[in-house]
Amino acid sequence: MLEVKNLRVEIHGRPILDGLDLTVKAGEVAAIMGPNGSGKSTLSYVIAGKEDYEVTGGEILLDGENILELSPDERAAKGLFLAFQYPIEIPGVATMTFLKSALTALARQRGEKEPTTADFMRRVRAAAERLKIDQDMLKRPLNVGFSGGEKKRMEILQMALLEPRLAIMDETDSGLDIDALRVVAEGVNALRDPKRAFLVITHYQRLLNHIKPDTVHVMARGKIVRSGGPDLALELERNGYRDYAEAAA
Amino acid sequence: MTAHPLAAARTPAESALAEQFSAGQGALPLPEREAAFRAFSAKGLPTRRDEAWHYTDLRQRLTKIAPPADAPDDAAVRKARARVSSLVADVTHFVILDGRLVANLGSPPSEGVSIVSLGEDARAGRAAAPDLGANVDAVLALNGALAQGGAVIRIAPHAKLSAPIEIRHWGSERDARSIASRVAVEIGAGAKATIVEYFEGKAGDQRNAATILDIGADAKVEHVAVVEGEAALHLESLVAKLSQGASLSAFGFISGGELVRRQIFATLVGENAKLALNGLSLLGGRRHADTTLLVDHVAPHGESREFFKHVVADEATGVYQGKVVVEPGAQKTDGGMKSQAILLSPAAVMNNKPELEIFADDVVCGHGATVGALDREQLFYLRARGIPEAEAEAMLLEAFGFEAIERVGDEAMREILRGKARKWLADRAEAKP
Ligand SMILES: Nc1ncnc2c1ncn2[C@@H]1O[C@H](COP(=O)(O)OP(=O)(O)OP(=O)(O)O)[C@@H](O)[C@H]1O
Ligand SMILES: [Mg+2]
Repeated sequence: MLEVKNLRVEIHGRPILDGLDLTVKAGEVAAIMGPNGSGKSTLSYVIAGKEDYEVTGGEILLDGENILELSPDERAAKGLFLAFQYPIEIPGVATMTFLKSALTALARQRGEKEPTTADFMRRVRAAAERLKIDQDMLKRPLNVGFSGGEKKRMEILQMALLEPRLAIMDETDSGLDIDALRVVAEGVNALRDPKRAFLVITHYQRLLNHIKPDTVHVMARGKIVRSGGPDLALELERNGYRDYAEAAA
Repeated sequence: MTAHPLAAARTPAESALAEQFSAGQGALPLPEREAAFRAFSAKGLPTRRDEAWHYTDLRQRLTKIAPPADAPDDAAVRKARARVSSLVADVTHFVILDGRLVANLGSPPSEGVSIVSLGEDARAGRAAAPDLGANVDAVLALNGALAQGGAVIRIAPHAKLSAPIEIRHWGSERDARSIASRVAVEIGAGAKATIVEYFEGKAGDQRNAATILDIGADAKVEHVAVVEGEAALHLESLVAKLSQGASLSAFGFISGGELVRRQIFATLVGENAKLALNGLSLLGGRRHADTTLLVDHVAPHGESREFFKHVVADEATGVYQGKVVVEPGAQKTDGGMKSQAILLSPAAVMNNKPELEIFADDVVCGHGATVGALDREQLFYLRARGIPEAEAEAMLLEAFGFEAIERVGDEAMREILRGKARKWLADRAEAKP
């Protein structure tokens, strides 16, 4: 489903991703772990289409199609979703208005029928209930004044509504309390599907106890330096990243 | 004539204006008109050397004066009458057509409201021409000299008007004309009123409008001005005097006019007066819109808040100058000013200049002015959810503009303004390739 080939990315002339290769298959849950600053968020932003980065080499294929030339909204229409590490506050834009605009825009771009207001309300309410999101939160401006954990839950609510084919979750677990972590993990597990893939970026084994990954990748200095099964995460939890400090150099 | 009307004329436009005056144009009583013209001709049209006009050099920009508009004929009045009948019924309407208040057009004034056409009687005329001092702004002085018509509205003490008074500044079907009009409103003590002025600009028209608000003790007034259309020139002065305990909340919406200048002169003469000046400018094309405020705190315990938002696109220019003066006697003044602009194109320009002049020691005053682009992180977030760029921009701009509109007290008016802002954004999104 996702193939990242020899991806090189710079910001202000400084290389951040340095020939990164990564493949995620349909139905797969892939985890990426790696030290702070190794480029995990950069990778997720570049896949989602953020313009601040300069891609100097390589390609990103979604179902065989190179998406590097597509705008972020076109990528979203193709089924890409990024749950932000730091969700953005947007004062003055009501959460419900935003959700409706996103669903409508995606339906339009995909040539599907736009949801009716009643249908939309029903879907939002059901998803909010599953994720234990207070209805009052939905009445507020998008993410404004939300606690760290509330913002992360709102990301998963959006994911549940937009039904992406490839979801990238950038440290969705950080900032979540133990109960919220379980709720979010259940939300993700409910979406697991042979046609859908997840790329889960995390620092902690704890999340992976709830969302069992098929593959685990270690990222260091802008590269995937090791890939393996779920056991790799346990090994990292014990040993940290010291084995990889030199590997990428 | 006590002063030779042509003495000050340095440009063809100034000569043309002097000729309009010499030809006897003007609805104010002659002594007031002459005094006003003297004040104008002493200065001439403002230039960038006048601090208050620094970003809008009127003498340079105003190369030609359109012929003055004639009083509307019967056909024009009939047309206006048909339009009035389509307006919301529970609002009191007055129509100023080609600069003249048209009698019996619009609603009969509601209980506690009286309206007299400017020029109808001398007493009303004098009420509409308060002495603004020798240092009066030249454009306001010119308005006093040349106002072809307008109205004097009196709101009785303690009258609480349930519906807004709407003044529609319309033009009849004709070639480009220059129009000058003046509305004076006397708000009695303890009264409560909302006054809305819609300025509709016809292509090529040059307008000089003035509104004089004399707000009695403890009276509460809301004023909304809407500037739309394609007038070549829209000059508008709002002069407000607030007595003790009086409050004024004024809002300006600008989306039209090629060259627009809205100037507000507010004086808090009584203690505990409360002033809020707010506005939203949505500027596209090559429009130039200048909002300049002079707030003068004369009495103690006054409060003033200014809150302006500007969206400047294409090759448009926005100007905001807000000057708050706290006179030596105005202790315990509480002032706060904010002006925020978003530029949507590299050729868009915003001149944003808040200014405080404080001569009293026990005051709280602050100001902030920002000019920036749309927040890229916010845009990316919206687009990452599938919302196309133009729509994402419109969502953020709407949120930006609505924050100013929120300050309008009248909910029906807020909804009208939101609709106008939405339309501007939608038109813009549509015009984009
Ligand atoms: N906009 C930017 N400007 C300058 N440097 C940046 C920018 N974005 C990322 N970087 C740099 O790129 C490197 C990788 O950052 P990135 O956020 O991708 O790391 P990460 O692996 O997600 O880290 P963490 O685990 O702390 O979230 C860091 O050194 C960071 O400082
Ligand atoms: Mg990160």
